[in-house]
Amino acid sequence: MGSLLINQDRIADKEGFIKLCPFNALAIKDGNVTINAGCRMCMLCVKKSLNGEIEFKKEDLTLDKSKWNGICVYVDHEAGEIHPVTYELICKAKELAGKIGHKVYCLYIGSDIKKNARELLHYGIDEVIVCDYPALSKFRIEPYTAVFESYINTYKPCAILIGATPVGRQLAPRVAARFKTGLTADCTILDILDNTDLVQIRPAFGGNIMAEILTPASRPQMATVRYKVMTPAARIATETGKITFMPVNEGMLKSDIEVLHTKKKEKAKSLEQADIIVAAGRGVKTRDDMNMIYELANALGAEVAATRPLVEAGWFDSRRQIGLSGRTVRPKLIVTCGVSGTVQFAAGMNASDNIIAINNNPDAPIFKVAHYGIVGDIYEIVPKLTERIKSAGRV
Amino acid sequence: MNIIVCVKQVPETNKAEVDPVTGVIKREGFDAKTNPYDLYALETALRLKEKYSGTVTVITMGPGQAEDVIKEAYSMGADNGILISDRRFAGSDVLATSYALSQGIKSSGGFDLIICGKQTTDGDTAQVGPEIGEHLNIPSVANVLEIIDVRDNKITVKTDMPATVETIRVTLPCLLCVSENIFQPRLPSYIKKHETKDKPVKILTLDDFTDKGPEKYGLDGSPTRVKRIFPPEVNDRREMIHGTSDELAGKIYSTLSDLKLI
Ligand SMILES: Cc1cc2nc3c(=O)[nH]c(=O)nc-3n(C[C@H](O)[C@H](O)[C@H](O)COP(=O)(O)OP(=O)(O)OC[C@H]3O[C@@H](n4cnc5c(N)ncnc54)[C@H](O)[C@@H]3O)c2cc1C
Ligand SMILES: Nc1ncnc2c1ncn2[C@@H]1O[C@H](COP(=O)(O)O)[C@@H](O)[C@H]1O
Repeated sequence: MGSLLINQDRIADKEGFIKLCPFNALAIKDGNVTINAGCRMCMLCVKKSLNGEIEFKKEDLTLDKSKWNGICVYVDHEAGEIHPVTYELICKAKELAGKIGHKVYCLYIGSDIKKNARELLHYGIDEVIVCDYPALSKFRIEPYTAVFESYINTYKPCAILIGATPVGRQLAPRVAARFKTGLTADCTILDILDNTDLVQIRPAFGGNIMAEILTPASRPQMATVRYKVMTPAARIATETGKITFMPVNEGMLKSDIEVLHTKKKEKAKSLEQADIIVAAGRGVKTRDDMNMIYELANALGAEVAATRPLVEAGWFDSRRQIGLSGRTVRPKLIVTCGVSGTVQFAAGMNASDNIIAINNNPDAPIFKVAHYGIVGDIYEIVPKLTERIKSAGRV
Repeated sequence: MNIIVCVKQVPETNKAEVDPVTGVIKREGFDAKTNPYDLYALETALRLKEKYSGTVTVITMGPGQAEDVIKEAYSMGADNGILISDRRFAGSDVLATSYALSQGIKSSGGFDLIICGKQTTDGDTAQVGPEIGEHLNIPSVANVLEIIDVRDNKITVKTDMPATVETIRVTLPCLLCVSENIFQPRLPSYIKKHETKDKPVKILTLDDFTDKGPEKYGLDGSPTRVKRIFPPEVNDRREMIHGTSDELAGKIYSTLSDLKLI
């Protein structure tokens, strides 16, 4: 890739010069030679430019990558409360920055966030840039983009990592379009090359293939990153790095959006959206016994699903049924409890990232699809597992 | 109210496999359909038109056959259709696509509202909508769950945020990316399909745009480069674990923490 550079002052005879192009892509506009949409990049004009009238500029020559330094993490939050994806991005940013000798920055935009900003100093970063104004208390696209722009213009970061959250997924493209730079959505793997090019890997075609994407000739490089795919940074007792307050002018805080009202959401999610599912089958003998399944699901932050017989028994809404005549799910984890794993059931869940099956019959077909086949009694294992998860949370 | 809806044609299935030798994507057939998420955008536009009157213009960028999505939109009730098609747009990434769409929208006359789907099933980025908003310098709102009303040149909507649902009022013109929970899309009508059989589709090429700089479009206008594609790692482990219930509970627990799920 590259572009054609026209050195107007070297062209003595403009009318004659434009005839060089076999596609009529050279024209004269306002007294200058221009290249129009007819250009096929055949390079004939470059070859015939004996006095350097038109030069071919390779794209990576036009960008001085050394001018763009630092890996920036956008601090995702709602009402100041930092989203956990932020700590995952910090961990990755530290690793990437370490490879190329850059610093790690956090950009925190909001209102009344000074206290939370200090918390970020416990994660081994170099600098938190804080933009704190009442007008930024709620996410609104125009002021947040404007603040982001101001940060990029001042700091010139090499790469920016943003959580693929409802906010990050709309803020990142606004910023990327403003800087006419690349943005890779929903990355699951990130790495960096010696020349500071960010290697961005993301699933495509519904997860059926993976694509490796580079932004070789633009800076900053931008990527949104899925939550819960990277390891979070560990909290360090001592603070390191510094907080810098970034002022912006009133005009940048203007917005055509007014937030009238916010309402806390109920937790219930649809099965298809759930990251973790606990599925119950006929191994659960009575409706009361479902309590142990719900407790496990609570401890895991999971949604509960069931096989068809339990739905037919009226224990569940049909929207909770997995399988051929129910929902197809693809969570990060599904734990099946007392499910035999007939083809009709397995068809709805066998693409899940991780399948843990608990069944007391070692010959149950579910063990053919399970990654971890646990041979045992759900009535003993499930309560013990729930207890372990809960007690770990208490530490 | 003049509403523009951005609709894309996508492959019928996203079952794709990578040829391990050539690294080329093998697709099952080449059947195409309207991006399902964009039908919700179109339905939203049609409902707004029914309530507040106006016109619904569908715009798509793609090869000639992408005209089909406009024909489908006509049979659902869209008034006008624009196809942006030019081989100079080949190889466009999000930036180049959104820029071309924004140029097409600009040259199609005025608008009050642009509605996009949540995402496409092939590109799958959910980025094209907000980037169009940026190129046109209008506010954009993603994850729109519900339209409350349109009054005094402002639209009030509910949007989905991580922990809350926000009710917000946005000055027109603006761009909305709507969620699939907003309305159930209507089915194409046979009568409308028949009536609009010969209804023309306006074709735009780069020459119709105000910004004709070829370097802004197609591969040249795309800052991202796909270096390689490869099949995902499939989890083909199969492990049977026996033991006492304490051991088994312990084993599940350590597996969950290794997988970073707790
Ligand atoms: C056309 C058609 C469509 C269907 N669609 C669906 C569908 O969409 N979804 C669906 O779920 N089913 C569907 N079915 C039904 C399906 O064939 C099975 O009947 C059903 O999935 C079995 O459910 P189950 O695993 O809960 O029960 P079972 O097959 O009875 O299995 C119970 C399992 O629990 C184990 N178990 C018992 N006690 C314990 C214990 N204490 N500890 C550990 N394990 C224990 C047993 O070993 C057994 O493997 C469909 C059937 C047909 C014909
Ligand atoms: N080629 C296209 N033509 C028209 N609209 C598009 C096109 N690509 C994306 N869009 C719109 O942008 C939304 C998001 O697409 P994407 O960023 O590809 O996930 C889609 O739901 C469409 O509304």
